[in-house]
Amino acid sequence: MTPGAEGRPLAEPRLETAIDDAKPNFSPGDAVAEANRCLYCHDAPCVQACPTGIDIPTFIRKIGTGNVRGSARVILSANLLGYSCGRVCPVEVLCAGACVYNAWHRSPPIAIGRLQRYAVEATLEDGSAATLLSRAKPNGRRVACVGAGPASLACAGYLALEGCAVTLFEKRALAGGLNVTGVAPYKMHAEAALAEVAFVRALGVEIRTGVEVGRDVAPAELLREHDAVFLAPGLGGDTRLGIPGEDGPGVMGATAWIERMKLETGFAVAGVKRAVVIGGGNTALDAARELAKLGVPEVTMLYRRGEAEMSGYAHELALARREGVHLVERALPRAFTRDGGALAGVTLADGRVFACELAIVAIGQGRLQQLLASFPGVALDPNGYAAVDRATGATGHPKIWVGGDGIGGELVVTAAQDGKRAARAIAKTLGLPARPDSPMNAGH
Amino acid sequence: MADLSIEFAGITSPNPFWLASAPPTNSGDQVMRAFDMGWGGAVWKTLGDPIVDTSSRFGALHVGNERMVGFNNIELITDRPLEVNFREIRETKRKYPRHALIVSLMVESKEDWQEIIQRTIDTGADGIELNFGCPHGMCERGMGSAVGAEPEVLKIVAGWALEVSTIPVLIKLTPNVGDILVPALAAVEVGAHGLSLINTIKSLAGVDLDKLVPYPVVGQRSTNGGYCGPAVKPIALHMVGALGRDPRITVPISGIGGIATWRDAAEFIALGATSVQVCTAAMHYGFRIVEDMIDGLSNYLDSKGMASVRELRGRAAGAFTEWGDLDLSYKVAAQIDTAKCIGCDLCYVACRDTSANCIHTGEHPLPAGHRAPARDAAIARAKATGVHVTWVDWDECTGCNLCSHVCPVPGCITMADDTRGRPFESWNDRIARGTAKVPGGLHD
Repeated sequence: MTPGAEGRPLAEPRLETAIDDAKPNFSPGDAVAEANRCLYCHDAPCVQACPTGIDIPTFIRKIGTGNVRGSARVILSANLLGYSCGRVCPVEVLCAGACVYNAWHRSPPIAIGRLQRYAVEATLEDGSAATLLSRAKPNGRRVACVGAGPASLACAGYLALEGCAVTLFEKRALAGGLNVTGVAPYKMHAEAALAEVAFVRALGVEIRTGVEVGRDVAPAELLREHDAVFLAPGLGGDTRLGIPGEDGPGVMGATAWIERMKLETGFAVAGVKRAVVIGGGNTALDAARELAKLGVPEVTMLYRRGEAEMSGYAHELALARREGVHLVERALPRAFTRDGGALAGVTLADGRVFACELAIVAIGQGRLQQLLASFPGVALDPNGYAAVDRATGATGHPKIWVGGDGIGGELVVTAAQDGKRAARAIAKTLGLPARPDSPMNAGH
Repeated sequence: MADLSIEFAGITSPNPFWLASAPPTNSGDQVMRAFDMGWGGAVWKTLGDPIVDTSSRFGALHVGNERMVGFNNIELITDRPLEVNFREIRETKRKYPRHALIVSLMVESKEDWQEIIQRTIDTGADGIELNFGCPHGMCERGMGSAVGAEPEVLKIVAGWALEVSTIPVLIKLTPNVGDILVPALAAVEVGAHGLSLINTIKSLAGVDLDKLVPYPVVGQRSTNGGYCGPAVKPIALHMVGALGRDPRITVPISGIGGIATWRDAAEFIALGATSVQVCTAAMHYGFRIVEDMIDGLSNYLDSKGMASVRELRGRAAGAFTEWGDLDLSYKVAAQIDTAKCIGCDLCYVACRDTSANCIHTGEHPLPAGHRAPARDAAIARAKATGVHVTWVDWDECTGCNLCSHVCPVPGCITMADDTRGRPFESWNDRIARGTAKVPGGLHD
């Protein structure tokens, strides 16, 4: 176990711990009361809206009856990452957005995410989560998963339950992927994401951190030693603007800044009075909200087009504004200006100047094209993603499947579904015996 | 404004709303405060040889998010010295001469009955109510429902009371009998001036599944209690209605059982009650509920053109008949308001699994010659919005009414008349005509 791995507290102080949970876990009584509001729809639209197809009315009804373990089993069967999904899913545009209460206009939609978190958190806390799911006997088949983010964790967990010997390779010191390094702290702290990693480990998955495929392990070796390989390496580094002054203190890529804010002891924003976040996506919104919550007095988002074109969620923008974040539209940075070495501000193409001590560039992430392409039979599409059969993640190589951000996924929940679909396809390809109660068969 | 005043066996009351003999009427302070808030009368908590109560002594049935749908108690009669009670009754009656003040009594021997009745009369109380209904604790000692459940014993004990009482005597009946008419007719026969019903129903409120002890928990044990609250209203209405429609019941009825609103009260009165008594609702919300009971009943009577609550009494009693006299030609069919439907499909699944399977969604085929007035509109709205709008095949619908009860949207499912001119015909008519046979039956 590396220091700070799942099950042990991470070293303090870390900035993210200063940010409280925006939606704290329900108390048992409040969870039952919220569950009792659910109409228990037949053929429910929330289930259709869930990328993993969790049987939402069933798990909610079980909370209502006090059957929390049964509820968690329903959730985890369809989505092994059901815990983090309950906390980070944009439920407003998924399950809760489809709740029949929306069309009724009588009361708000059911807090499905919070209920999902409630049920799974109880079983993560008492350590029973990994005992809830049906397991096959070991079958001697070996599977490698590259990357330890949500897609890999799901694929690895499902195949471990089918009896495979699964090894996860993660180049970072911590497994969990963006759930650990990137989720906004008001949704989930890193330690909670690590508790979910510990659950997947308890399903029988071997997790090897600090091992980079392509550097420490060659693709050919991986393929030789395993019956199947699932690639979910995530994305590369933050995309650069490529403008003057970008290199130097005060300018950081968004995912790099967020990772340090969440995990690095002693990392600080003290002294930052004005921060700009460049970009209009959800990562930009996360960074802006985090800065505001950390007490930066003036946080400005600079977006090159208009609000309507933003890829970030409208509900997140509304919350950001409530927290004091300003959005400046049609703002195309031309250069960073510096005073001595220190960042002084950012100048836009139209001549506007925004003074700032911190600039966060949130305009996307690179693709890990080299890693993907280093595997035989894995072709890339024009966007730099792996070309796969979308239904299974299958590639041109009979032993390789790809999922998660590597195929252009965008949410934890879609990554988890990628992992589940790949697990089903791998199980089929390996000729594993079908089991009526295989967790991976639940949901979509 | 309609006249709400009543006269009950010679006792007058400014309105029909009385507090029942129970914890709310335990003391002069409580009863006087209740009168100040608008209650027309009160039946003082049962006096007898003072008892010792347990802790705890209340249990409740909570259904979903509704608290105290049913209520259960193992509390006994007064635990305060008789002299204190009599002093407060005297004071209350002196201060509130226009209100109805009735004293509930329960003792064992003839001598005790006659002595306590004399002491009650001396307070100036308007009447007495013989507690022949309490189904817990006191009945083990040969009192309460032990008397009310045995018509011959009821007549003997009531006879002792009637022999000496110079003020009206009401007999409070227990519902823990096979046919409420038996004790009611015994009470009328022996000369009771009025009947109060129902007392509580023998019950266990539930079981603590951790302790494995029924509720209410008293240490490591519990005992059967008396059940009341909104859930018992239908049982009480049936019993009040059974007396209300019977010409042999020549004395006024005070209706009791789950009355919480003016609507509940109006229903009891429409079935034949002259006054109503309330306990659980006051224990849930306090005495203030009487304000809307008065206001609502008055507005209802005005809207029906009734000048007095007396005009409402018994107005529904005649419509309460035997099953054999119901019109078998009468037919209703479910009508789902396409625009109001939220697509929860609760009606669909309830009808499919437990009734006529006549509710459909989407383009389910309609057999030739069947009528489904809302089918086209439902299909159009489903196509336009994605909402699973349901529709009814009127020729499959049996008019059972189930869907209208499960539908969560007020007014969405109504029952439309589909009798189509068929003349009235009851089962008893068929018996009289010799056509009371069903094809395929035992006697076909």
